[in-house]
Amino acid sequence: MTHSNDPRGASRRDFFKISASAAAVAPVVASTALHAQPEQKPDPFAPVEVDLVVNGQRRRMALDARTTLLDALRRHAGLTGAKKGCDHGQCGACTVHVGGKRTLSCLTLAVMVREPVTTIEGLAATDGALHPMQQAFIDHDAFQCGYCTPGQIMSAVACVKEGHAGSADEIREYMSGNLCRCAAYPHIVTAIQQAKTQMEG
Amino acid sequence: MRPNDHPAPGGVQLRHVSQPLPHDSAAKHVQGAAPYIDDLPEPAGTLHLAVGGSPMARGRLIAVDLEKVRAVPGVVAVLTAADVPGKNDISPAFGDEPLFAHGHVMFHGQPVFAVAAETRDAARRAARLGAITVVQEKPAVTVEDAEKRGDTVLPDYAFIRGDASAAIDAAPNQIAGQFRIGGQEHFYLEGQVALAIPGEDGAMHVHTSTQHPTEVQHVCARILGLPDAMVTAEVRRMGGGFGGKESQASQWAAMAALAARVTGRPCKIRLDRDDDMAMTGKRHDFRVDYAVGFDDEGRIQGVEMAFLARCGCSADLSQGVVDRTMFHADASYFLPELIISSRRLKTNTVSNTAFRGFGGPQGMLAMERIIDEIACRLGRDPLDVRKVNHYGPERDTTPYGMTVEDHDVGAAILEQLERSSNYRERREAIAGFNASSPILRKGIALTPVKFGISFTLTQLNQAGALVHVYSDGSVQLNHGGTEMGQGLYQKVAQVVAEEFGVGMDRVRVTATTTDKVPNTSPTAASSGSDLNGMAARMAARQIRDRLAILAGEHFGVPAKEVVFRDDHAFAGNESLPFAELARRAHAARIHLSAAGHYKTPKLHWDRQKGVGRPFFYFAYGAACAEVVIDTLTGENRVLRVDILHDVGRSLNPAIDIGQIEGGFVQGMGWLTTEELVYDKDGRLRTHAPSTYKIPVASDVPADFRVTLFDGENREETVYRSKAVGEPPLMLANAVFCAIADAVQSIAPGRPVPLDAPATPEAILKAIQGIVAAG
Repeated sequence: MTHSNDPRGASRRDFFKISASAAAVAPVVASTALHAQPEQKPDPFAPVEVDLVVNGQRRRMALDARTTLLDALRRHAGLTGAKKGCDHGQCGACTVHVGGKRTLSCLTLAVMVREPVTTIEGLAATDGALHPMQQAFIDHDAFQCGYCTPGQIMSAVACVKEGHAGSADEIREYMSGNLCRCAAYPHIVTAIQQAKTQMEG
Repeated sequence: MRPNDHPAPGGVQLRHVSQPLPHDSAAKHVQGAAPYIDDLPEPAGTLHLAVGGSPMARGRLIAVDLEKVRAVPGVVAVLTAADVPGKNDISPAFGDEPLFAHGHVMFHGQPVFAVAAETRDAARRAARLGAITVVQEKPAVTVEDAEKRGDTVLPDYAFIRGDASAAIDAAPNQIAGQFRIGGQEHFYLEGQVALAIPGEDGAMHVHTSTQHPTEVQHVCARILGLPDAMVTAEVRRMGGGFGGKESQASQWAAMAALAARVTGRPCKIRLDRDDDMAMTGKRHDFRVDYAVGFDDEGRIQGVEMAFLARCGCSADLSQGVVDRTMFHADASYFLPELIISSRRLKTNTVSNTAFRGFGGPQGMLAMERIIDEIACRLGRDPLDVRKVNHYGPERDTTPYGMTVEDHDVGAAILEQLERSSNYRERREAIAGFNASSPILRKGIALTPVKFGISFTLTQLNQAGALVHVYSDGSVQLNHGGTEMGQGLYQKVAQVVAEEFGVGMDRVRVTATTTDKVPNTSPTAASSGSDLNGMAARMAARQIRDRLAILAGEHFGVPAKEVVFRDDHAFAGNESLPFAELARRAHAARIHLSAAGHYKTPKLHWDRQKGVGRPFFYFAYGAACAEVVIDTLTGENRVLRVDILHDVGRSLNPAIDIGQIEGGFVQGMGWLTTEELVYDKDGRLRTHAPSTYKIPVASDVPADFRVTLFDGENREETVYRSKAVGEPPLMLANAVFCAIADAVQSIAPGRPVPLDAPATPEAILKAIQGIVAAG
């Protein structure tokens, strides 16, 4: 996990009162068996409380401590936009933003997450208006099967914000962690160039 | 760029067809709102499956101890071959591949049992505890292993014309050689997945990520011992298919259906990526032995090509795949006398299967390699050798007896691309560059594509569609084609909207399902829009004709004078809104639903004799690629690619250009970075994206120019369009030939011992080989 020193990040954290942290992990439910036999080791499968802010909404879940952020989102928060492509952190289909930074949610444990999470479902404006990157992907046919698209778009938004969209070459390099087997790459690059102008304009 | 600049075909003003409309699910895809099977809400009580695979590639299966598996908390059922109530067979045609291994194992990772558990995690943990005892036998891993044993999955087959051997001997020049072509993993981003939901009376509804729902239906019914009518297979969309979900989806759907039958609960299976790569088939890899005789201009007089295919453990689709290799071994060239033979070798590896091009790319690449060698021997530009061998007048009969009627299209494309890519000037410039660059070497190649369109199994060339018009004038469209990203749903919807003269927003496309349109062919062989577009148009036209009669009565004109456009039915200056007409039609008790059925005309193919017309038409294209290689490391880069491709009159140029670019890049991956490695025990060692490298954004040539050829299909296809799914993959042959050309610059006149894929290692090996040959 990357901890942001960005003061805006900190204030947002305060605002959302994120309580879960790696240090504060504790079982939510202690079984009666544990009370009766205090010498017994804690059950590693016992759920722990995970408190996330996803797309501006607080989500409290009781999860196995090993649950990835991707599974927490898909299976427990009902947000299936982020996809499971390889589950190894090698395809990028699961890319979401944590504290504004692109993050492979399949390689991130949900209990570690302390900053707000944004998924593809949270990218559009509250009035439903698409993010310029989403519109650019439509305008330029920057997908075929669509399975990698949520990850591509989240990565693309971050790529622009990181300042890595200065040229087509730079975009190609900084988008190379997101596989597209349909190879819509030329259109993805064009879409990012269009959206960059609007995001910065 | 959205290619808005493409004119409407033939000057006819069409409202939807030929327009570069976005993909039907575009708005959903960019919001993560287009559900794939793993995104569907799971019904209450859904169980999750994990598979236990064979630890050996070949041997007698003598014991399967699953006690520990059953003891894992959360495990509800453990399934083996003994639990199959029907026939333990998932094969598409030849009855030679079981759902679960029984008696013996055929490849490493072959499913032996499956666990159904309350959670996916429990199922996967439990699956690891199975104790599978196999008396190991030495596996056949390579084609040479299989040849030694004489093991094939299907009989040998050949096309023969004239006396090739004598023609080669009589020719002024001869070359003989051997060439290896690697396989390819599909790496659809959405892995294999199925969700089976039991229904009443033993019925089963299966959500399946497949290109062939009818086959999934049949295989599930066969496994469960049910009539086909009791099983429904449904697919709204796939996260990529590429051929990997033509036959390969059946096993997982059948496993989920079996688990649902045994437990009485909905069951879902989603293969882990490593399992997916180890347990599902890939593009066939080949060894090609060849001999060719040619004149001093490079014109081929006789050729012998022997294709040794690694088919894996079962026949699967290898009959059609390797046939298509043979059908495309001519590439774009006339071969006067020939033997094109094939062996379908049985190995203890996963059963190889369909992959975009369906064997065709391997046949074409082998011939392009021969052409390059001829050019090398004669010191001629390979493009000139390509041109003298190209099909032309009096030289227009394929090795399988079909006449190439429109070879002028292929030739025109070659000529046009040669000019537009400045091929000759750039070849000069590259020669100059290489003369002063000892380490970095450039190469260039311009290669044609001619791809036969139709299933070579003639009966598959049919399609059905079902169209409803509701009394509010909205239209529901269903057909047998499946959507895997290629834009088929949108193309067919464009055709139907055009037929009714209504807006696209009025046409609702529904998921492909065997209970709406039965007995379908797979969405494969690039035929999706040709077949389903036609079937849907025929369905829509029936309803339109009925509406025209009613409108004609209303306007007092003959039905044929009624025109449907702009959401109205017009007769002269009078009009009725389409919705109003639909309402009146319902009130007048007119049937507003129709099924369309289309079969491709002109096809006949006698496989026994090896003659006929297996293809309705050919799709043409050409690509010019320029590459640079580092002769010290073998690293390489594609610098520029120019493509000119023939899609006839495009149904949707935005979608077609995406198919061309995507197909090319996928082919480039096959020929450059994607390498499958099996060890001597038959284990696939490249079973994740960490070890198997598909192209990423930075691999795409920075200078990438794609143009649609201006022409129409001379055959009567839907709006004179041409199929586009597979042909562009073979445009990437130019990349392979350009790399070989760069290696060639080191020692002109010596053959380049480069096998495919041209990985950095293969390129280094070729450089060492060509240097050592001096």
